[in-house]
Amino acid sequence: MPADYAPLDLPEDGKLAHNITHFARALRKAGLPIGPGRVVDTIRAVEAAGFTDRTDFYHVLQACLVSRPEERRVFREVFRLFWRDPRYLEHMMSMLLPQIRGVQEDRPAAPAERRAAEALLDGTTPPPAPHTDSPPGDEIEIDATATMSAEERLRTLDFELMSVAEMADARRMLSRLSLPVKPLVTRRNRTSLTGPTIDLRQTLRLSLRHGGEITRLARKAPVTRWPNLVVLCDISGSMSDYSRMVLHFVHAVANRKGQGWARVHAFTFGTRLTNITRHLKTRDVDAALNAAGAEAQDWSGGTRIGASLRAFNRDWSRRVLGQGAVVLLITDGLDRDPTGALAAEMQRLHLSCRRLIWLNPLLRWTGFAPKASGIRAMLPHVDSFRASHSIASLEDLGRAISDPGDTGEKARLMALIGPG
Amino acid sequence: MTATPTSIDAVETLLAGQGYVASRALATVVFLSLKLGRPLFLEGEAGVGKTEIAKAIATALGRRLIRLQCYEGLDAASAVAEWNFAAQMIAIRTAEATGAGDRDALRTELFTEDYLIERPLLAAMRPQPGGAPVLLIDELDRTDEPFEAFLLEALSDFQVTIPELGTIKAPEPPIVILTSNRTREVHDALKRRCLYHWVEYPDFQRELAILHSRAPEASASLSREVVGFVQALRREDLFKRPGVAETIDWAKCLLALDVVQLSPEVIADTLGAILKYQDDIQKLQGSEAARLLDTVRRDLTTA
Repeated sequence: MPADYAPLDLPEDGKLAHNITHFARALRKAGLPIGPGRVVDTIRAVEAAGFTDRTDFYHVLQACLVSRPEERRVFREVFRLFWRDPRYLEHMMSMLLPQIRGVQEDRPAAPAERRAAEALLDGTTPPPAPHTDSPPGDEIEIDATATMSAEERLRTLDFELMSVAEMADARRMLSRLSLPVKPLVTRRNRTSLTGPTIDLRQTLRLSLRHGGEITRLARKAPVTRWPNLVVLCDISGSMSDYSRMVLHFVHAVANRKGQGWARVHAFTFGTRLTNITRHLKTRDVDAALNAAGAEAQDWSGGTRIGASLRAFNRDWSRRVLGQGAVVLLITDGLDRDPTGALAAEMQRLHLSCRRLIWLNPLLRWTGFAPKASGIRAMLPHVDSFRASHSIASLEDLGRAISDPGDTGEKARLMALIGPG
Repeated sequence: MTATPTSIDAVETLLAGQGYVASRALATVVFLSLKLGRPLFLEGEAGVGKTEIAKAIATALGRRLIRLQCYEGLDAASAVAEWNFAAQMIAIRTAEATGAGDRDALRTELFTEDYLIERPLLAAMRPQPGGAPVLLIDELDRTDEPFEAFLLEALSDFQVTIPELGTIKAPEPPIVILTSNRTREVHDALKRRCLYHWVEYPDFQRELAILHSRAPEASASLSREVVGFVQALRREDLFKRPGVAETIDWAKCLLALDVVQLSPEVIADTLGAILKYQDDIQKLQGSEAARLLDTVRRDLTTA
């Protein structure tokens, strides 16, 4: 209960409506979606409830201006500051503004700018030698830097500074990729010429045209809908080369119309779980990944798969997996958690979703065996286990998703685990 | 019919009369919803009394409670109205038999309210004895987005449209309460038309009051132990924290077993009443329940 508010010092002029409007504007600046309609409602609500008690006033404003639980905290802070002294907030804002501007000016160059500059120069400067992939089997080097780091390396990596050549490769790859999915049958019906059930309502309406004579039976068929996709992407150090590409891919899937997915939710995890769904909505892939990188503080750090999955299960699974979602888990499975916890969280995740598909880039090496304890713990709880290092393997993923019986490499690897 | 309350305090007393102990914040939004005629959107964990509030309001005001339980695939036919096809067919045949087969007459006669089966949304738009009804749209998150969009008309203008009949407007807007467990995010367009309230788990004193009003047979000391234990459980790292409904259920279970005092054995036997996930139950088995009970006892004696 908000018991410790400072007494309300109403401004001298006492124009309450005026002040509520300003308050709503302050909240809007703080990121709450408040339109003019809501402000009018709020003023009406304050009129209705009277202006007697400051906790009541608080609840009245909250009922009208807040529409999500997360917003309550912002509301509380803004309320506390604003109704103490409106000028205080302005003062705070003016204090903050130069700092924000300073940060932006300090940034070297926006990623899109670099690409724009490169595009304008159009190959007159040779692009930096692209990081060529060694052919498979030639040399195997597992980059395990920082995989086991105990400390979270809190730094924001500027990962989108790709060169034009790299970006073009990625684009070409992504443009050929799609994730075809089978629609789900719902319990709702729609008129259809060849549907399996009779639409009595429509039949009767048709019969009226013929004076009540039923000449043909109208039919209806179940409506289909697209499932949701939830992507959990590992961005730890051992995955950093890879997760960049995957997020491009996820961005493409999330933004391309007609892909088939109703909603795409994306989360990144290293040592902590970050929801980047909102950032992926940004149409420009640069801006989207830039924002996602700023949000995920644990880029290229260590991995705590168990703890991250636990956070997902606790805070998000009920909210995003409710409607028959397919989960793509993208990680190498190299985890430093004790095995028991990880297996339990994987089981919980598997039970909560419609289908759990694990993409592991390590599988690209022939002779990959599930030796790491994390992989052994996770493997029994996935529906399908697949590689995802090349265009071919990602095309296979599309096939895997539309085929409900697909298990990928799971059976082969389970056999390797089995006797041991 | 009881008059609508005129102040927040009046709402609190009204609900308390129905055995519903509301927080001040909840009483405020209920008051506003009644006063301004706006739908009330309640979100919160399962078992915090979202559905109960609608029942309490309906009984307290002497209104009819109309409940629309949402589920996946809920459509207009089951939410608004359905035609009584059998009766319509009989009417057609009768008209044929008597030779009164005038087409226009038949049309106007067949699609009248006589042949209409009312479903919750339409029923809520009708005047009811005792005044406008309380419309409870329960677990809105279980249905899909098209249905949400369909609700917009009903909730902003308090009217529904039946293609064959036209628009039916409520003479007096119903008291609308929507609940959601937040298994998905409800669209902003719908939220914008409602007053929003996130229903929290109650604090110790309020939960004790709730338990006292719902299970008055429980002794004061047992109630305090039960509430203290459940409150302590909510601070533990559980997949699903127990709601108030679980507290009441558990107290009733303990009463049925003639328990006068909690003990680790009793807790182990009745844990299924408060925890509904095997992982959570496993966590509480063995010495963990005893440890938690000890801390609860210590807190209760010092408090």
